[in-house]
Amino acid sequence: MSLLSNTAILLGKELRTEFRSRELLTTTAVFILIVLVLFSFAINPGTEEAREFAPGLLWLAILFASSLMFQSCFLREQTNDTLSSLRLAVSDPFAIFLAKLIANTLFLLLTELLMLPFFAIFYNIPLWSKLPFLILVLFVGSLGISIVGTAISAISAQARMRELLLPLLLLPLLTPVLVVSTLVTASLLDREPIVQWKGIGFLAVFDLIFLTALWLFGEYLLEE
Amino acid sequence: MTALRIPPTGLRFENVDKRYGGLFALRRVSFEIAPGECVVLAGRNGSGKTTLLRVAAQIVKPTAGKLSFPGAGSPSSANGRPGYVAHATMVYDELTAEENLLLFAKLQDVENPAARAEELLREVGLMERRDSLVRTFSRGMRQRIAIARALIHRPSVLLFDEPATGLDPPGITWLAHSLRELNRAGCTVLMSLHGESEMSALATRAVQLDAGSVVADTQSGASLHSILTFGSA
Repeated sequence: MSLLSNTAILLGKELRTEFRSRELLTTTAVFILIVLVLFSFAINPGTEEAREFAPGLLWLAILFASSLMFQSCFLREQTNDTLSSLRLAVSDPFAIFLAKLIANTLFLLLTELLMLPFFAIFYNIPLWSKLPFLILVLFVGSLGISIVGTAISAISAQARMRELLLPLLLLPLLTPVLVVSTLVTASLLDREPIVQWKGIGFLAVFDLIFLTALWLFGEYLLEE
Repeated sequence: MTALRIPPTGLRFENVDKRYGGLFALRRVSFEIAPGECVVLAGRNGSGKTTLLRVAAQIVKPTAGKLSFPGAGSPSSANGRPGYVAHATMVYDELTAEENLLLFAKLQDVENPAARAEELLREVGLMERRDSLVRTFSRGMRQRIAIARALIHRPSVLLFDEPATGLDPPGITWLAHSLRELNRAGCTVLMSLHGESEMSALATRAVQLDAGSVVADTQSGASLHSILTFGSA
Protein backbone atom coordinates (compact mmCIF):
# COMPACT_ATOMS: atom_id res chain seq x y z
CA MET A 1 0.00 0.00 0.00
CA SER A 2 1.57 3.25 -1.06
CA LEU A 3 2.12 6.28 1.11
CA LEU A 4 -0.24 8.35 -0.99
CA SER A 5 -3.17 5.94 -0.87
CA ASN A 6 -2.76 5.52 2.92
CA THR A 7 -2.66 9.32 3.21
CA ALA A 8 -5.79 9.72 1.09
CA ILE A 9 -7.70 7.17 3.21
CA LEU A 10 -6.61 8.85 6.45
CA LEU A 11 -7.37 12.32 5.09
CA GLY A 12 -10.88 11.11 4.29
CA LYS A 13 -11.20 9.94 7.89
CA GLU A 14 -9.92 13.28 9.26
CA LEU A 15 -12.37 15.28 7.14
CA ARG A 16 -15.30 12.99 7.91
CA THR A 17 -14.77 13.05 11.69
CA GLU A 18 -14.24 16.83 11.70
CA PHE A 19 -17.24 17.69 9.54
CA ARG A 20 -19.30 15.38 11.74
CA SER A 21 -18.21 16.98 15.03
CA ARG A 22 -17.15 20.45 13.74
CA GLU A 23 -15.04 20.83 16.89
CA LEU A 24 -11.91 22.33 15.35
CA LEU A 25 -13.56 24.49 12.69
CA THR A 26 -15.99 26.10 15.12
CA THR A 27 -13.34 26.75 17.76
CA THR A 28 -10.82 28.29 15.38
CA ALA A 29 -13.36 30.39 13.47
CA VAL A 30 -14.91 31.79 16.65
CA PHE A 31 -11.49 32.50 18.14
CA ILE A 32 -10.20 34.38 15.07
CA LEU A 33 -13.44 36.36 14.84
CA ILE A 34 -13.27 37.38 18.51
CA VAL A 35 -9.64 38.56 18.17
CA LEU A 36 -10.45 40.53 15.00
CA VAL A 37 -13.51 42.15 16.59
CA LEU A 38 -11.71 43.05 19.82
CA PHE A 39 -8.74 44.66 18.09
CA SER A 40 -10.96 46.53 15.63
CA PHE A 41 -12.11 48.63 18.61
CA ALA A 42 -8.53 49.54 19.47
CA ILE A 43 -7.51 50.55 15.95
CA ASN A 44 -9.19 53.19 13.80
CA PRO A 45 -10.46 51.41 10.65
CA GLY A 46 -9.21 52.72 7.32
CA THR A 47 -6.25 54.60 8.77
CA GLU A 48 -2.57 54.05 8.08
CA GLU A 49 -2.38 52.62 11.59
CA ALA A 50 -4.91 49.94 10.62
CA ARG A 51 -2.94 49.02 7.48
CA GLU A 52 0.24 48.83 9.56
CA PHE A 53 -1.06 46.69 12.44
CA ALA A 54 -3.87 44.64 10.86
CA PRO A 55 -1.61 42.07 9.09
CA GLY A 56 0.20 41.34 12.37
CA LEU A 57 -3.09 40.98 14.19
CA LEU A 58 -4.41 38.66 11.49
CA TRP A 59 -1.41 36.34 11.76
CA LEU A 60 -1.45 36.44 15.58
CA ALA A 61 -5.11 35.44 15.50
CA ILE A 62 -4.26 32.62 13.06
CA LEU A 63 -1.39 31.44 15.28
CA PHE A 64 -3.42 31.32 18.48
CA ALA A 65 -6.40 29.72 16.75
CA SER A 66 -4.14 27.11 15.15
CA SER A 67 -2.57 26.28 18.52
CA LEU A 68 -6.09 25.44 19.74
CA MET A 69 -6.43 23.19 16.71
CA PHE A 70 -3.11 21.41 17.32
CA GLN A 71 -3.88 20.84 20.99
CA SER A 72 -6.48 18.23 20.06
CA CYS A 73 -4.88 16.99 16.82
CA PHE A 74 -3.14 13.94 18.32
CA LEU A 75 -4.90 14.09 21.69
CA ARG A 76 -8.14 12.86 20.11
CA GLU A 77 -6.21 9.77 18.93
CA GLN A 78 -5.44 8.92 22.55
CA THR A 79 -9.04 8.64 23.72
CA ASN A 80 -9.43 5.11 22.38
CA ASP A 81 -5.75 4.50 21.60
CA THR A 82 -6.54 4.83 17.90
CA LEU A 83 -3.00 6.03 17.21
CA SER A 84 -1.82 2.49 18.01
CA SER A 85 -4.33 0.95 15.62
CA LEU A 86 -3.25 3.39 12.91
CA ARG A 87 0.41 2.57 13.49
CA LEU A 88 -0.41 -1.11 13.21
CA ALA A 89 -2.37 -0.58 10.00
CA VAL A 90 -0.30 1.84 7.90
CA SER A 91 2.75 0.74 5.97
CA ASP A 92 4.46 4.13 6.47
CA PRO A 93 3.79 6.17 9.66
CA PHE A 94 4.48 9.36 7.67
CA ALA A 95 1.01 8.85 6.14
CA ILE A 96 -0.49 9.62 9.58
CA PHE A 97 1.39 12.95 9.72
CA LEU A 98 0.74 13.78 6.10
CA ALA A 99 -3.02 13.25 6.43
CA LYS A 100 -3.18 15.27 9.63
CA LEU A 101 -1.13 18.19 8.33
CA ILE A 102 -3.11 18.35 5.08
CA ALA A 103 -6.35 18.30 7.10
CA ASN A 104 -5.02 21.00 9.47
CA THR A 105 -3.94 23.18 6.53
CA LEU A 106 -7.36 22.78 4.90
CA PHE A 107 -9.21 23.61 8.15
CA LEU A 108 -6.95 26.60 8.75
CA LEU A 109 -7.34 27.88 5.18
CA LEU A 110 -11.10 27.42 5.28
CA THR A 111 -11.31 29.39 8.54
CA GLU A 112 -9.06 32.11 7.14
CA LEU A 113 -11.14 32.45 3.97
CA LEU A 114 -14.30 32.70 6.06
CA MET A 115 -12.68 35.38 8.20
CA LEU A 116 -11.25 37.51 5.37
CA PRO A 117 -14.52 39.41 4.67
CA PHE A 118 -14.79 40.29 8.39
CA PHE A 119 -11.15 41.38 8.36
CA ALA A 120 -11.77 43.63 5.35
CA ILE A 121 -14.86 45.18 6.97
CA PHE A 122 -13.53 45.66 10.51
CA TYR A 123 -10.28 47.26 9.36
CA ASN A 124 -11.70 48.88 6.23
CA ILE A 125 -8.99 47.39 4.02
CA PRO A 126 -9.98 46.54 0.43
CA LEU A 127 -8.78 43.01 -0.34
CA TRP A 128 -10.45 42.11 -3.64
CA SER A 129 -7.66 43.19 -6.00
CA LYS A 130 -4.99 41.41 -3.89
CA LEU A 131 -6.99 38.29 -3.14
CA PRO A 132 -5.04 35.76 -5.28
CA PHE A 133 -1.70 36.80 -3.76
CA LEU A 134 -3.19 37.02 -0.28
CA ILE A 135 -4.51 33.46 -0.62
CA LEU A 136 -1.06 32.35 -1.77
CA VAL A 137 0.56 33.91 1.31
CA LEU A 138 -2.11 32.44 3.58
CA PHE A 139 -1.51 29.03 1.99
CA VAL A 140 2.29 28.91 2.35
CA GLY A 141 2.11 30.47 5.83
CA SER A 142 -0.66 28.14 7.02
CA LEU A 143 1.13 25.12 5.57
CA GLY A 144 4.26 26.04 7.58
CA ILE A 145 2.19 26.49 10.73
CA SER A 146 0.47 23.13 10.13
CA ILE A 147 3.67 21.19 9.47
CA VAL A 148 5.37 22.43 12.64
CA GLY A 149 2.13 22.33 14.65
CA THR A 150 1.31 18.74 13.69
CA ALA A 151 4.81 17.58 14.68
CA ILE A 152 4.69 19.43 18.01
CA SER A 153 1.18 18.12 18.62
CA ALA A 154 2.48 14.53 18.31
CA ILE A 155 5.21 15.29 20.87
CA SER A 156 3.04 17.16 23.34
CA ALA A 157 0.15 14.64 23.24
CA GLN A 158 2.37 12.13 25.02
CA ALA A 159 3.71 14.61 27.58
CA ARG A 160 2.28 15.23 31.03
CA MET A 161 2.08 19.03 30.81
CA ARG A 162 0.82 19.02 27.23
CA GLU A 163 -1.21 22.24 27.47
CA LEU A 164 1.94 24.12 28.45
CA LEU A 165 4.36 22.25 26.21
CA LEU A 166 2.59 22.88 22.90
CA PRO A 167 2.75 26.72 22.88
CA LEU A 168 6.17 26.61 24.51
CA LEU A 169 7.60 24.61 21.60
CA LEU A 170 5.36 26.01 18.89
CA LEU A 171 5.88 29.76 19.28
CA PRO A 172 9.70 29.88 18.95
CA LEU A 173 9.68 27.49 15.99
CA LEU A 174 7.00 29.48 14.20
CA THR A 175 8.56 32.91 14.75
CA PRO A 176 10.21 32.98 11.28
CA VAL A 177 6.92 32.03 9.57
CA LEU A 178 4.97 34.64 11.49
CA VAL A 179 7.46 37.45 10.90
CA VAL A 180 7.76 36.77 7.16
CA SER A 181 4.03 36.13 6.66
CA THR A 182 3.21 39.38 8.42
CA LEU A 183 5.75 41.34 6.33
CA VAL A 184 4.51 39.85 3.06
CA THR A 185 0.86 40.46 4.01
CA ALA A 186 1.63 44.03 5.12
CA SER A 187 3.26 44.87 1.79
CA LEU A 188 0.27 43.34 -0.03
CA LEU A 189 -2.18 45.47 1.95
CA ASP A 190 -0.17 48.65 1.45
CA ARG A 191 -1.69 51.57 -0.52
CA GLU A 192 0.90 50.71 -3.16
CA PRO A 193 0.84 46.92 -2.96
CA ILE A 194 3.97 44.86 -3.66
CA VAL A 195 4.21 41.10 -3.93
CA GLN A 196 7.29 40.10 -1.94
CA TRP A 197 8.32 36.99 -3.83
CA LYS A 198 11.43 36.59 -1.68
CA GLY A 199 9.22 36.31 1.39
CA ILE A 200 6.92 33.81 -0.29
CA GLY A 201 9.99 31.86 -1.40
CA PHE A 202 11.31 31.87 2.17
CA LEU A 203 8.01 30.45 3.43
CA ALA A 204 8.05 27.75 0.75
CA VAL A 205 11.62 26.75 1.67
CA PHE A 206 10.67 26.72 5.39
CA ASP A 207 7.75 24.39 4.58
CA LEU A 208 9.98 22.11 2.54
CA ILE A 209 12.69 21.86 5.23
CA PHE A 210 10.26 21.06 8.03
CA LEU A 211 8.28 18.62 5.86
CA THR A 212 11.51 16.77 5.05
CA ALA A 213 12.46 16.70 8.75
CA LEU A 214 9.02 15.32 9.60
CA TRP A 215 9.36 12.67 6.90
CA LEU A 216 12.78 11.63 8.23
CA PHE A 217 12.09 11.71 11.98
CA GLY A 218 8.29 11.59 12.28
CA GLU A 219 8.26 7.88 13.13
CA TYR A 220 10.19 8.55 16.36
CA LEU A 221 7.58 11.11 17.45
CA LEU A 222 4.88 8.43 17.43
CA GLU A 223 6.79 5.98 19.63
CA GLU A 224 5.61 5.37 23.18
CA MET B 1 -14.59 -17.24 11.29
CA THR B 2 -12.80 -17.28 7.96
CA ALA B 3 -9.93 -19.70 7.50
CA LEU B 4 -6.41 -18.36 7.42
CA ARG B 5 -5.03 -17.54 3.98
CA ILE B 6 -1.34 -17.31 4.83
CA PRO B 7 0.99 -19.87 6.39
CA PRO B 8 0.92 -19.71 10.21
CA THR B 9 3.45 -17.61 12.07
CA GLY B 10 5.01 -18.07 15.50
CA LEU B 11 6.31 -15.55 17.99
CA ARG B 12 9.72 -15.44 19.63
CA PHE B 13 10.91 -13.17 22.46
CA GLU B 14 14.65 -13.17 23.06
CA ASN B 15 15.88 -11.45 26.23
CA VAL B 16 13.32 -8.70 25.84
CA ASP B 17 13.64 -5.77 28.25
CA LYS B 18 11.32 -2.80 28.41
CA ARG B 19 12.26 0.04 30.72
CA TYR B 20 10.32 3.21 31.47
CA GLY B 21 12.89 5.46 33.10
CA GLY B 22 14.27 3.39 35.98
CA LEU B 23 11.33 1.00 36.05
CA PHE B 24 11.60 -2.37 34.35
CA ALA B 25 8.21 -3.31 32.85
CA LEU B 26 9.81 -6.38 31.25
CA ARG B 27 13.06 -8.02 32.28
CA ARG B 28 14.90 -10.53 30.10
CA VAL B 29 11.74 -12.16 28.78
CA SER B 30 12.52 -15.16 26.59
CA PHE B 31 10.08 -17.68 25.25
CA GLU B 32 8.79 -18.93 21.93
CA ILE B 33 5.29 -19.64 20.73
CA ALA B 34 5.02 -22.19 17.95
CA PRO B 35 2.85 -21.45 14.91
CA GLY B 36 -0.74 -22.36 15.71
CA GLU B 37 -0.24 -22.48 19.48
CA CYS B 38 -2.69 -20.87 21.92
CA VAL B 39 -0.95 -19.42 24.97
CA VAL B 40 -2.37 -17.64 27.99
CA LEU B 41 -0.40 -14.90 29.71
CA ALA B 42 -1.10 -14.88 33.43
CA GLY B 43 0.10 -12.71 36.26
CA ARG B 44 -1.04 -10.10 38.75
CA ASN B 45 -1.84 -6.50 37.87
CA GLY B 46 1.34 -4.69 36.86
CA SER B 47 3.24 -7.89 36.13
CA GLY B 48 3.98 -6.79 32.53
CA LYS B 49 1.31 -8.65 30.52
CA THR B 50 0.02 -5.59 28.65
CA THR B 51 3.56 -4.33 27.95
CA LEU B 52 4.54 -7.74 26.59
CA LEU B 53 1.49 -7.78 24.31
CA ARG B 54 2.23 -4.23 23.12
CA VAL B 55 5.83 -5.26 22.37
CA ALA B 56 4.50 -8.27 20.45
CA ALA B 57 2.12 -5.98 18.54
CA GLN B 58 5.15 -3.78 17.68
CA ILE B 59 3.46 -0.72 19.19
CA VAL B 60 6.17 -0.53 21.85
CA LYS B 61 9.82 -1.02 20.98
CA PRO B 62 11.77 -3.14 23.45
CA THR B 63 14.63 -1.36 25.25
CA ALA B 64 16.76 -4.45 24.67
CA GLY B 65 16.32 -7.90 23.18
CA LYS B 66 14.62 -9.09 20.06
CA LEU B 67 11.15 -9.96 18.86
CA SER B 68 10.72 -12.12 15.79
CA PHE B 69 7.96 -13.96 13.95
CA PRO B 70 9.30 -17.36 12.88
CA GLY B 71 7.35 -18.95 10.08
CA ALA B 72 6.38 -18.04 6.60
CA GLY B 73 4.20 -14.97 7.29
CA SER B 74 6.17 -11.78 6.97
CA PRO B 75 5.44 -9.14 9.65
CA SER B 76 5.83 -6.43 7.00
CA SER B 77 2.96 -7.77 4.88
CA ALA B 78 -0.53 -6.74 5.98
CA ASN B 79 -1.73 -10.11 7.23
CA GLY B 80 1.69 -10.91 8.68
CA ARG B 81 1.01 -8.09 11.16
CA PRO B 82 -0.55 -9.24 14.42
CA GLY B 83 -4.19 -8.56 15.16
CA TYR B 84 -4.28 -6.80 18.52
CA VAL B 85 -7.16 -6.26 20.93
CA ALA B 86 -6.19 -3.95 23.78
CA HIS B 87 -7.95 -2.51 26.83
CA ALA B 88 -8.93 0.50 24.70
CA THR B 89 -11.18 -0.22 21.70
CA MET B 90 -8.74 1.31 19.19
CA VAL B 91 -11.64 2.45 16.98
CA TYR B 92 -13.12 5.90 16.31
CA ASP B 93 -16.17 6.97 18.28
CA GLU B 94 -17.12 9.48 15.58
CA LEU B 95 -17.27 6.84 12.84
CA THR B 96 -19.91 4.16 12.41
CA ALA B 97 -19.13 0.48 12.98
CA GLU B 98 -18.92 -0.10 9.22
CA GLU B 99 -16.83 3.03 8.54
CA ASN B 100 -14.33 1.92 11.20
CA LEU B 101 -13.93 -1.53 9.67
CA LEU B 102 -13.72 -0.12 6.15
CA LEU B 103 -11.04 2.36 7.25
CA PHE B 104 -8.80 -0.33 8.71
CA ALA B 105 -9.53 -2.75 5.85
CA LYS B 106 -8.53 -0.18 3.23
CA LEU B 107 -5.42 0.88 5.15
CA GLN B 108 -4.28 -2.73 5.23
CA ASP B 109 -5.12 -3.35 1.60
CA VAL B 110 -7.71 -6.02 2.38
CA GLU B 111 -9.22 -7.56 -0.73
CA ASN B 112 -12.84 -6.42 -1.21
CA PRO B 113 -13.01 -4.35 2.01
CA ALA B 114 -16.78 -3.83 1.92
CA ALA B 115 -17.49 -7.56 1.78
CA ARG B 116 -14.95 -8.29 4.52
CA ALA B 117 -16.40 -5.57 6.77
CA GLU B 118 -19.91 -6.95 6.23
CA GLU B 119 -18.74 -10.49 6.95
CA LEU B 120 -17.18 -9.43 10.26
CA LEU B 121 -20.12 -7.24 11.27
CA ARG B 122 -22.32 -10.28 10.81
CA GLU B 123 -19.95 -12.48 12.79
CA VAL B 124 -19.70 -10.09 15.75
CA GLY B 125 -23.46 -9.55 15.75
CA LEU B 126 -23.41 -5.85 14.85
CA MET B 127 -24.96 -6.02 11.40
CA GLU B 128 -28.09 -4.19 12.52
CA ARG B 129 -26.01 -1.41 14.07
CA ARG B 130 -23.58 -1.08 11.15
CA ASP B 131 -24.62 2.55 10.53
CA SER B 132 -24.57 3.61 14.18
CA LEU B 133 -21.73 5.72 15.53
CA VAL B 134 -19.46 3.74 17.84
CA ARG B 135 -19.94 6.34 20.57
CA THR B 136 -23.54 5.15 20.90
CA PHE B 137 -22.42 1.55 21.60
CA SER B 138 -22.43 -0.23 24.95
CA ARG B 139 -19.13 -1.53 26.42
CA GLY B 140 -19.80 -5.02 25.11
CA MET B 141 -20.61 -3.80 21.60
CA ARG B 142 -17.45 -1.72 21.60
CA GLN B 143 -15.47 -4.82 22.51
CA ARG B 144 -17.10 -6.69 19.63
CA ILE B 145 -16.16 -3.97 17.12
CA ALA B 146 -12.62 -3.91 18.61
CA ILE B 147 -12.34 -7.65 17.97
CA ALA B 148 -13.68 -7.23 14.43
CA ARG B 149 -11.08 -4.50 13.77
CA ALA B 150 -8.28 -6.79 14.96
CA LEU B 151 -9.44 -9.58 12.64
CA ILE B 152 -10.13 -7.43 9.57
CA HIS B 153 -6.84 -8.22 7.80
CA ARG B 154 -6.96 -11.97 8.57
CA PRO B 155 -3.89 -11.92 10.80
CA SER B 156 -1.90 -15.05 11.47
CA VAL B 157 -1.00 -13.92 15.01
CA LEU B 158 -3.65 -12.74 17.47
CA LEU B 159 -2.78 -10.77 20.58
CA PHE B 160 -5.67 -10.32 22.98
CA ASP B 161 -5.43 -8.32 26.21
CA GLU B 162 -8.26 -9.54 28.43
CA PRO B 163 -10.55 -9.95 25.43
CA ALA B 164 -13.65 -10.92 27.44
CA THR B 165 -13.79 -7.50 29.15
CA GLY B 166 -17.27 -6.05 28.82
CA LEU B 167 -18.72 -9.07 27.03
CA ASP B 168 -21.86 -10.75 28.37
CA PRO B 169 -21.90 -14.57 28.82
CA PRO B 170 -23.21 -15.23 25.26
CA GLY B 171 -20.52 -12.83 23.99
CA ILE B 172 -17.81 -14.74 25.85
CA THR B 173 -19.12 -18.02 24.44
CA TRP B 174 -19.11 -16.51 20.94
CA LEU B 175 -15.55 -15.20 21.39
CA ALA B 176 -14.28 -18.52 22.75
CA HIS B 177 -15.88 -20.34 19.83
CA SER B 178 -14.44 -17.89 17.28
CA LEU B 179 -10.97 -18.08 18.80
CA ARG B 180 -11.11 -21.87 18.78
CA GLU B 181 -11.95 -21.83 15.07
CA LEU B 182 -9.23 -19.34 14.27
CA ASN B 183 -6.73 -21.36 16.29
CA ARG B 184 -7.77 -24.51 14.47
CA ALA B 185 -7.30 -22.69 11.17
CA GLY B 186 -3.68 -22.06 12.16
CA CYS B 187 -3.79 -18.73 13.99
CA THR B 188 -1.27 -18.29 16.77
CA VAL B 189 -2.94 -16.83 19.86
CA LEU B 190 -1.39 -15.04 22.83
CA MET B 191 -3.89 -13.65 25.30
CA SER B 192 -3.81 -12.29 28.81
CA LEU B 193 -6.50 -13.53 31.16
CA HIS B 194 -7.47 -13.35 34.79
CA GLY B 195 -8.88 -16.57 36.20
CA GLU B 196 -10.31 -19.60 34.49
CA SER B 197 -13.06 -19.15 31.94
CA GLU B 198 -14.31 -20.48 28.61
CA MET B 199 -11.43 -18.54 27.09
CA SER B 200 -8.74 -20.19 29.18
CA ALA B 201 -10.07 -23.61 28.17
CA LEU B 202 -8.64 -22.91 24.70
CA ALA B 203 -5.10 -22.58 25.99
CA THR B 204 -2.62 -25.39 25.73
CA ARG B 205 0.06 -23.50 27.57
CA ALA B 206 0.34 -20.77 30.21
CA VAL B 207 3.18 -18.29 30.73
CA GLN B 208 3.19 -16.51 34.05
CA LEU B 209 4.80 -13.12 34.54
CA ASP B 210 5.79 -11.47 37.79
CA ALA B 211 7.48 -8.06 37.99
CA GLY B 212 8.22 -8.22 34.28
CA SER B 213 9.91 -11.64 34.32
CA VAL B 214 8.69 -15.06 33.26
CA VAL B 215 8.28 -17.10 36.45
CA ALA B 216 6.41 -20.11 35.06
CA ASP B 217 5.84 -21.67 31.66
CA THR B 218 3.72 -24.79 31.67
CA GLN B 219 1.77 -27.05 29.37
CA SER B 220 0.59 -29.47 32.01
CA GLY B 221 -3.13 -29.34 32.71
CA ALA B 222 -2.84 -29.19 36.50
CA SER B 223 -0.20 -26.44 36.53
CA LEU B 224 -2.11 -24.49 33.89
CA HIS B 225 -5.25 -24.65 36.05
CA SER B 226 -3.33 -23.61 39.13
CA ILE B 227 -1.64 -20.62 37.36
CA LEU B 228 -4.96 -19.35 36.10
CA THR B 229 -6.84 -19.94 39.33
CA PHE B 230 -4.33 -19.24 42.07
CA GLY B 231 -1.68 -17.26 40.23
CA SER B 232 1.12 -19.81 40.74
CA ALA B 233 2.08 -23.17 39.28
